[in-house]
Amino acid sequence: MSKLVPVPSKSMIPERDLGKIPVLETRHLGIEFGGLTAVSEFDMTIGRTEIAGLIGPNGAGKTTVFNLITKVYQPTHGTTLLNGIDTYAMNTMQVNRAGIARTFQNIRLFQKMSVEDNVKVGLHNQTPYTMAEGVLRMPRYWSKERQAHERAMELLSLFHMEDMADVPAGSLPYGAQRRLEIVRALATNPSLLLLDEPAAGMNPSETAELMENIRHIRDTFQIAIMLIEHDMSLVMGICEGILVLNHGKIIAKGTPQQIQNDPVVIEAYLGKKKEG
Amino acid sequence: MTFLTYLISGISLGSVYAIIALGYTMVYGIAKMLNFAHGDVIMVGAYIAYCVMSYLGLSPIVSVIAAMIVCTLLGIIIERLAYKPLRSAASLAVLITAIGVSYFLQNSALLIWGSATKIFPTVVAGDGVSLFGGQVRITAVALTTILTCVVIMIALTMFIKMTKIGKAMRAVSEDKGAAQLMGINVNGTISVTFAIGSALAAIAGVLLCSAYPNLMPTTGSLPGIKAFTAAVFGGIGSIPGAMLGGILLGIIEIFAKAYISTQLSDAIVFAVLIIVLLVKPTGLLGKQIHEKV
Amino acid sequence: MKKFNKQNLIKALKGNAGTYLLVIAAYIILQLMSAGDMISSSLEGQLVPICAYVVMAISLNLTVGVLGELSLGHASFMSVGAFTGVITAMSLSGVIPMGGVRLLLAMIVGAIFAAIFGVIVGVPVLRLRGDYLAIVTLAFGEIIKNIINCLYVGIDANGLHLSVTDAESLNMDGGTVILNGPMGAVGINKLSGFTAGFLLVIVCLVVVLNFVNSRSGRAVMAIRDNVIAAESVGINVTRYRLMAFVTSAALAGAAGALYAMNYSTVSAAKFNFNTSILVLVFVVLGGLGNIRGSIIAAAALTILPELLREFSDYRMLVYAIVLIVVMLMANSAGGKRIQLWLGDKFRALFGKFAKRNTAKGE
Repeated sequence: MSKLVPVPSKSMIPERDLGKIPVLETRHLGIEFGGLTAVSEFDMTIGRTEIAGLIGPNGAGKTTVFNLITKVYQPTHGTTLLNGIDTYAMNTMQVNRAGIARTFQNIRLFQKMSVEDNVKVGLHNQTPYTMAEGVLRMPRYWSKERQAHERAMELLSLFHMEDMADVPAGSLPYGAQRRLEIVRALATNPSLLLLDEPAAGMNPSETAELMENIRHIRDTFQIAIMLIEHDMSLVMGICEGILVLNHGKIIAKGTPQQIQNDPVVIEAYLGKKKEG
Repeated sequence: MTFLTYLISGISLGSVYAIIALGYTMVYGIAKMLNFAHGDVIMVGAYIAYCVMSYLGLSPIVSVIAAMIVCTLLGIIIERLAYKPLRSAASLAVLITAIGVSYFLQNSALLIWGSATKIFPTVVAGDGVSLFGGQVRITAVALTTILTCVVIMIALTMFIKMTKIGKAMRAVSEDKGAAQLMGINVNGTISVTFAIGSALAAIAGVLLCSAYPNLMPTTGSLPGIKAFTAAVFGGIGSIPGAMLGGILLGIIEIFAKAYISTQLSDAIVFAVLIIVLLVKPTGLLGKQIHEKV
Repeated sequence: MKKFNKQNLIKALKGNAGTYLLVIAAYIILQLMSAGDMISSSLEGQLVPICAYVVMAISLNLTVGVLGELSLGHASFMSVGAFTGVITAMSLSGVIPMGGVRLLLAMIVGAIFAAIFGVIVGVPVLRLRGDYLAIVTLAFGEIIKNIINCLYVGIDANGLHLSVTDAESLNMDGGTVILNGPMGAVGINKLSGFTAGFLLVIVCLVVVLNFVNSRSGRAVMAIRDNVIAAESVGINVTRYRLMAFVTSAALAGAAGALYAMNYSTVSAAKFNFNTSILVLVFVVLGGLGNIRGSIIAAAALTILPELLREFSDYRMLVYAIVLIVVMLMANSAGGKRIQLWLGDKFRALFGKFAKRNTAKGE
């Protein structure tokens, strides 16, 4: 694991990513819902190939941060730089095309479509041919469709899911649905992958396998991964930098060791010690 | 002064739409379904009132009560037989079933009463009221319609706000599952909603045919569709919205007929509806619902 | 190896190939029967409408089943296609003598105009969701019907004339009135035929099935299944919703032209709300997203009222009851139990036969 070093925006990234433009940089990011502040002054930087963790008690605003970054919600304050480019005025689709892919806490697969088609939807922007070429079955349709099929199978093989290619996504077991969401997100060729509670509902051995897979994905695709997770063994095991969120504000950031020993974090999770 | 005359006849027509729209909106709010057969319940109500008055020679009041009783029963039976088994089915399946019920009612009426137009007898006698030295005249029918609508509106609001069943109705429309867990009889509540909606439809049928006395098996269709759009116009699921939507729709329709074109009046009504929905996608008084991500 | 091929064949027959085969077989059989005078004249008169309704059902299934949006105004696109098609065919009657070519042009022009209306309706409407979208399509349908009812179009040596008041104000120099307000299109040359209808059905099938099995179709289905997820993988939601909606409208326009050219007069009232509902019933009974189901439902339910003729007055009542019972059987818990029970009985019976047959065979 690479040492974390401070960067100008008061965040930290792995040393090996220092010379490169950070994949994501948020500046004073925040949102209010009808006068109620859900997230405020959210500043962070994620390195090119970092695995970052976002943790915090329930209702701290973790998923809201993901929704702000992916523009499911338009932020009311601040902005996000993606690969150095301001995402101001972009929508969810454009942010994805610019390089952010995500999974969802409450799984959002294309239930009635097959596993392979779910991945092919992820490959949509990499298999360009027009509607007319598709309807008239022109040569480009065949070549692009073959490419898409091969790529989909290759991606599914990451999680050994090739056999399930023809099964409707909605009928997969829970763990497989979570994995398929990751594959679908990867298919969009992102530079940053956001995983919202990837290990939720998984047993310890599945979680251990998932940890391996996440590291493997980072190493093979050379991308950054940020994850929200309640399973501390997973977070502490694979994350290089960790952000702790409480009441919509960052209360701590650092390496797993620093976070584990931070009194503020312990207080946020366990409550204040009664004194006197 | 003609403007005022048109306005009053617009409000009068709108009151009928509003009463019908109440039925649509209550059922939608509680059962989350578009009851396309509602317009045909109006027609049945009108036929029953017609029969009681013409064949039995009873008074208009009795005929209205008879129509209300028959329609209430009809509403409950339709709900029990056709809609209740589909409570957990896709909304489209329920919609098609409602269309089936609509065909059923229309064709039953065709068999029972024939296709010939019946002329609805006068229900409201009297000369109406003259204002401004006879320049503006309000017919007795218009006056009765508007008054009925106001009374229904007040009564229904009180019922929903004050009574236990009203509270149950509000709870069921918010969250069926949670209401059931709180010990509310969901099926019973839905039946009551259908009963009230159908009773209102009977009143609307009589009022509609008092103003436009041609009674046919398809009499309820177009007013039904318009009242439905009125409910959407006001924000479907909202009772004040149905009232507002209905009355505005009536006024727009009469003004369009008077000042623009008789043939294009329906087109204008629907165009206004589209514009409203584009500006305010949940209708005038509808609630915005956000999906949680 | 042989077994493998057989499985592939079954798979293909269950898939799109089977659908094409079904349509082609139905066409050949009906043509043969018609040649041999084996079908009643009333059924023969229904052949073109059946084709038109099949195309309507397939195209509406694209909106309702594949895109997942309820449309209650599909007949309005049929209407637009019908009247623009009729005007095209009639104004070209002096220029192009071949009826088939004029019919083809009528269908193309009908499809183009319906597509244009699809864009006009779709751009604002597709921002709305669910029941609101349904009500706006209904409203657009009524508006289009209303406007066509007020239109007067005629043709003379100087070209097309248009009026919104009456036929006299067309100020024509002789010539013929094509569109006569509430009476609709009058004096149409009947150009449609069963073969033309069949070809349109095939074209419609190719368009819809190939669309669904392409990246565009996958994008549309992804939007249907989960809009937020579709956006998150970079799908342009507005673009693909509009694409499906407009394609659906264009096909309905072609069907409208086919339908109108089968009669000598046709009025806008023919394409009212009830027609939209009728087509929706085909789609729902045939199964959402199930193209073959749409074809069968459209054909069967167009013929059904004809078959129920002996019930005369009761036929529409029977139709309504059939509709309700089918929906209850297919969608309620009680209906599913009855289906299972019937299935068991059927299998038991079939099993007996199968056993007896194999016993005989050996």
